[in-house]
Amino acid sequence: MEAAHTEEFIPYIVEPREDTGLYNAKFGIWLFLASEVMLFGSLFSAYILLRAGSFNWPVQSDVQNVPIGAINSIVLLSSSIFFIRAWVHLKADNIAKYKQFMRLVLLFAFIFLTLKGFEYYQHFSHHEYPKTNVFFGLYYLMTGLHALHIIGGIIVNSFYLGPGMRLRSTNKQWFINRLEVAGLYWHFVDLVWIFLFSTLYLL
Amino acid sequence: MGGSPNSASHHESFIRKYIFSTDHKVIAIQYLFLSLFFLLFGFLLMLLMRWQLAYPGQPVPFNFIGKLFGQNSMPGGVMLPEFYNQLGAMHGTIMVFLGVVPLGFAVFGNYLIPLQIGARDMAFPRLNMFSYWSFFAGGMLMLSSFFWPGGPASNGWTSYAPLSDIAHDGQTIWLFSMFIIIVSSLLSSLNFIVTIFNLRAPGMTFERLPFFIWAQLVTSFLLLLAFPPLEGAAFLQLCDRLLGTSFFLPSGLFVNGQVYNVSGGGNALLWQHLFWFLGHPEVYVLILPALGIVTEIIANNTRKNISGFNMMRVSVIFLGFLSFVVWSHHMYLTGMGTDITAFFQLTTMIISIPSIIIVSALFITLWGGSIRFTTPMIFALAFLPMFGIGGLTGLPLGLAATDIPLHDTYYVIGHFHYVVAPGVILGLFAGIYYWFPKATGRKMNDLLGHLHFWPTLITMNFVFFPMLIQGLMGVNRRLYDGGETYLFMHKVLYWNVVISWAAWVLALAQLPFIFNFFYSMFKGEKVHSDNPWESTTLEWATPTPPPHGNFTKQLTVYRDPYSYSLEGAPKDYSPQYQEEI
Repeated sequence: MEAAHTEEFIPYIVEPREDTGLYNAKFGIWLFLASEVMLFGSLFSAYILLRAGSFNWPVQSDVQNVPIGAINSIVLLSSSIFFIRAWVHLKADNIAKYKQFMRLVLLFAFIFLTLKGFEYYQHFSHHEYPKTNVFFGLYYLMTGLHALHIIGGIIVNSFYLGPGMRLRSTNKQWFINRLEVAGLYWHFVDLVWIFLFSTLYLL
Repeated sequence: MGGSPNSASHHESFIRKYIFSTDHKVIAIQYLFLSLFFLLFGFLLMLLMRWQLAYPGQPVPFNFIGKLFGQNSMPGGVMLPEFYNQLGAMHGTIMVFLGVVPLGFAVFGNYLIPLQIGARDMAFPRLNMFSYWSFFAGGMLMLSSFFWPGGPASNGWTSYAPLSDIAHDGQTIWLFSMFIIIVSSLLSSLNFIVTIFNLRAPGMTFERLPFFIWAQLVTSFLLLLAFPPLEGAAFLQLCDRLLGTSFFLPSGLFVNGQVYNVSGGGNALLWQHLFWFLGHPEVYVLILPALGIVTEIIANNTRKNISGFNMMRVSVIFLGFLSFVVWSHHMYLTGMGTDITAFFQLTTMIISIPSIIIVSALFITLWGGSIRFTTPMIFALAFLPMFGIGGLTGLPLGLAATDIPLHDTYYVIGHFHYVVAPGVILGLFAGIYYWFPKATGRKMNDLLGHLHFWPTLITMNFVFFPMLIQGLMGVNRRLYDGGETYLFMHKVLYWNVVISWAAWVLALAQLPFIFNFFYSMFKGEKVHSDNPWESTTLEWATPTPPPHGNFTKQLTVYRDPYSYSLEGAPKDYSPQYQEEI
């Protein structure tokens, strides 16, 4: 009932408004991502300020597992590409393919988390904890916050693979829109990782 | 589009309608009650502190107050220094984040944005409900810290590191609670922006948006982009407190005469930068909604268009952008170097220009208007000079040479309280008196309104003006005994007694408002028109009170917001939603 109710009151849930060119949810997710840029931006700024004032910053590529980080970048980028494929197939009404690619998105997200967990395990076994020094503190905080974003994305994406698909039977375009919005978020999370990898592993 | 007009008869259960409601007006009223409660609560904390400042070391006159807070806070009715710090921190936090901002931004924004742009609800009604309930949870968590062992946070509303890093557990609660409140306001601001852009009625171009909507739009962008850095800072501090990191703890920090056992390498100034990156835009988050409200009321009660309306719009946008590059003027004393100081001095001087343009435009609007001295209007008129004093006393704080002696004195306290209390809060009161008839169908009583207004205005000046004097004489803020330890402060300490008594009288002056608010809700004089103030903007086109879904038919907008006293019009107001003038 609630959905029908909202639809009745609120325009531009499905079709974009002509002068802004956006439907509400797409507008909303862009604004949300803007605030996310500021959140991660504040942590990157903290990184710059703390590193600039540090006398004994570790050589990052020595203490980090760069190959795993690089593989993880590829894993997450592939996951983003799969998401686009899933969305394209959804728009073409090719549901079997949509589901297949969506499962790949989720699989690669889990691979990412597993590799990340393995890295954490390696650091712990070398007695490198958040409190060890400021670098590891930032490393755990920033990658941990990013991992939480991945987990959030996994929850949303699995919802649209499962019970969330019910919406498709009542309003096809609305469901496609939701996938687009989820995709924008997913690509953003991917992008953040690229910055994290360059900053925390390579620089 | 084209929703059924009979949505008023749409039946909903009590819980759906009043508690977990998605109707923007119900949510606004939920915010209203909660934020007024927090405003009163934060004020009461200060009334208690004022006793300690006026009569340091003496037991409070009413025994039950001492008993209420117990032996750990007020043994024998005498306030302990630790407790004084906790009250100060909670007063600031509650007033800013749980009182004034929700009242100005969430209450009026939620109620009026859809109404003034001709929309039937917010763009994301369920998200709106979630915002309210997360705000509620964050606020309750903040209050609950009074019951935690060790009491609430005690590091001021700014929570400067490294002190806040090593403080007791109340600070952790503060951080969690702030995190929840930030999430709430992020989602609200996102919702407001999408609503303003996407849900405007046909004909409601950006040129035709009332100033209130512009003010809320800029406020929303400030909240959306300035709050996340504080969220990031809260994460960093939580790590320092819970995981033993040292983001804000420099190497070789001494605590209680011993080297503090952390790895070090952090930077305490990082907290200040992240905090004030939010903190300064937050000042405009406090002010802009009140400016928007006052503009609506002044246009309506002078019966003319706002002079320089175009300049006002440009100014408010410019102000929004610029407010992101002035934050370090709170930090001149940190020794950040003359070049950076010069930059922030310059931006600070520049940002005063749009504020002055807005206030001047409102003053000039009064010129030649046939002013109706209604209750909302007298509050709005008082807002202008009070906000003016607040703004102008800020200029010496924006210049490093004069800021250095004034930093952390009562002058600063006087300055920003002039902006927020007799400024913003009077503006918000004006808004409550003005839109009360729309929300309830009844007017608030005018006699009680005057009984509220005059003592409030006078006592507020007796509270805050002496603070400017004390500050110029060098009395520091956050002194537990009001400055008694320092001989050079003694000749201005008698003002402490004056301020305290004025504050207590100010509290009594709120009683007519509280009574009026509840009395008028049920027994106030009924309004006989949907547009009792004869206003031009869209919110007055709804039935009174507006039903779920707001408008009985789809509106079209034909003209600018303040079309008062148009030439050739039969009456002195031409509503935006009527085709003929």
